[in-house]
Amino acid sequence: MTTAPEAPATPRLKTSAMIASIAEPGQRTAPAPFGHALSRLAAENPAIVGLSADLAKYTDMHIFAKNHPERFFQMGMAEALMLGAAAGMAETGLIPFASTYSVFATRRAYDFLCLDIAEPNLNVNVVGALPGLTTGYGPSHQATEDLAMLRAMPNLTIVDPCDSIDIEQAVPQLAATDGPTYLRLLRGHVPTVLDEYDYTFQLGKAAELRTGRDVSFISTGLMTMRALAAADRLAADGIDVAVTHVPTIKPLDHAAIARAAAGGRLVVTLENHTIIGGLADAVATSLIYNTAGTTTRSVPAIQRIGLPDEFLGTGALPTLHERYGLSIDAIVRSVHNWLG
Amino acid sequence: MTQTLDRSTRVTELAAAADRIRHHVLTMGEVQGQGYVGQGLGFADVLAVVYKDLAHYRPEDPEWAGRDRVLLSMGHYAIALYAALAEAGILGTQELDTYGSDDSRLPMSAMSTYTPGMEISGGSLGHGLGIAVGMALGLRFQANPARIINLMSDGELDEGSTWEAAMAAAHHGLGNLICVVDMNGLQADGPTRGVLRIEPVEAKWEAFGWRTVRVDGNDIAALTAAFDSVPADDTRPAVVVCDTRIGRGVPFLEGREKAHFMRIDEHEWALAHAALHDAAEKEH
Repeated sequence: MTTAPEAPATPRLKTSAMIASIAEPGQRTAPAPFGHALSRLAAENPAIVGLSADLAKYTDMHIFAKNHPERFFQMGMAEALMLGAAAGMAETGLIPFASTYSVFATRRAYDFLCLDIAEPNLNVNVVGALPGLTTGYGPSHQATEDLAMLRAMPNLTIVDPCDSIDIEQAVPQLAATDGPTYLRLLRGHVPTVLDEYDYTFQLGKAAELRTGRDVSFISTGLMTMRALAAADRLAADGIDVAVTHVPTIKPLDHAAIARAAAGGRLVVTLENHTIIGGLADAVATSLIYNTAGTTTRSVPAIQRIGLPDEFLGTGALPTLHERYGLSIDAIVRSVHNWLG
Repeated sequence: MTQTLDRSTRVTELAAAADRIRHHVLTMGEVQGQGYVGQGLGFADVLAVVYKDLAHYRPEDPEWAGRDRVLLSMGHYAIALYAALAEAGILGTQELDTYGSDDSRLPMSAMSTYTPGMEISGGSLGHGLGIAVGMALGLRFQANPARIINLMSDGELDEGSTWEAAMAAAHHGLGNLICVVDMNGLQADGPTRGVLRIEPVEAKWEAFGWRTVRVDGNDIAALTAAFDSVPADDTRPAVVVCDTRIGRGVPFLEGREKAHFMRIDEHEWALAHAALHDAAEKEH
């Protein structure tokens, strides 16, 4: 039943394999920044423990498991159990980091995250890999609405890091925060970008990474590195773009948002998430309902770059990022369109 | 349906079908150079029996209301089910070359909106049996004699939702429901026995009220006997627990260490096809 071998005349079709790199060709990366940061923190703090729901190898938790095997707890492919157990561990005084894919931590185990962890305000740190559109594997693994779900959950701190620097610096601060946190994890070889800017991750703070007269990008997560690259491209076209990075989605840095939206510039939000209920909505409501730190009375024109309100397709990640407007090229095109 | 044939002819034909399914799995795996190839090879015998011997369907009309519903709860086995759907005549073999590629109807994870014959969207595990319970209740309510065959993996026994559904199926006396568990002993983080101990598996299902049979899932004769032993029943659902071997039929893949999501080097595909061919020749 074997077929005759054929000459490979056509190039290999693009793959929708689950784990795809978000790094651009040639970009500097750091391996498993979360796993290494958690291991270093655990060496200093004996209360740190790690849990996995059969995805340690795919959430960089395996690094911690290897370095601190006595403090790693494999709960099996049982996400509700994992979050319940993490709550129980926190009740005994430990500081758990519980990792799985974002879809399973949020969609699947929402009630356990909400009632077991958030309501008693426990220091449980939930780490969700493959946030937003970071896999072409299809809606089963694409957590495109996790921010929308979690922003409504009281007590929960939500962090959407840009790169390896953000992740490494966030981990100790999440552990030191006396309440639950959710980290949108970039895993594997994670780009290193923010060391080229005068930037330090501070929980709850946004940071202006570059200034600009014409356009103000307000971005979170991996979209900040795309925003920075797009700003460089637009500068070559004579368009001066500011970039404000918002790594903490909740609580939101309202003063920084107000500053980023001031000056009569076109304001553009960029996020790796559906345009419903994520950064775009958070920025818009911040500008309407919060006037702290600004004298602006009118809300500026805001455009949104984010994922559409639909279940996304499967395919190669670069193909999908281009299709849904998250690629650097697509950002540049959008800005040109909006500026006319 | 070949049940009127004598047993040895039946087994021979099913074994040939299983070999063709394995061949299709390798063909698709080669398109991407990687994938859940080990599961596809290991589960091929079960799929051959399900599609060529057990399930009623019309290949030219995959939506036929009277069909037995075959649910792929473990959506990452899509490569295996596409191979079986090709063997069943529901998909053309040419289309298998598009597996996992942009704009293909055959994504790497199973999607019911993409693929004819794919009853549910899987990928998030532990969903199939709950949907199966609803289908079994719905079809019975409508006096439709079709059965539900829910295919699931041993890893899904970790998920609480599986056991909620198992309890409901027995409570409602869903004798039109057959569950097939692929016990390949391997999960994402490593061997199942190290991730979360699930044995004794038959005793768990029995305690939940199911008719239970455990079988070597790579032994076609034993599989046909196992499925024959659990005909439709008015009072109890049935589970067939199948012990399978990852990479079955291609010896050098059977022992591969990183077998859950298998990467296979460029030069190995021809060797894999040849090994599969040799093994099939030896058996027949």
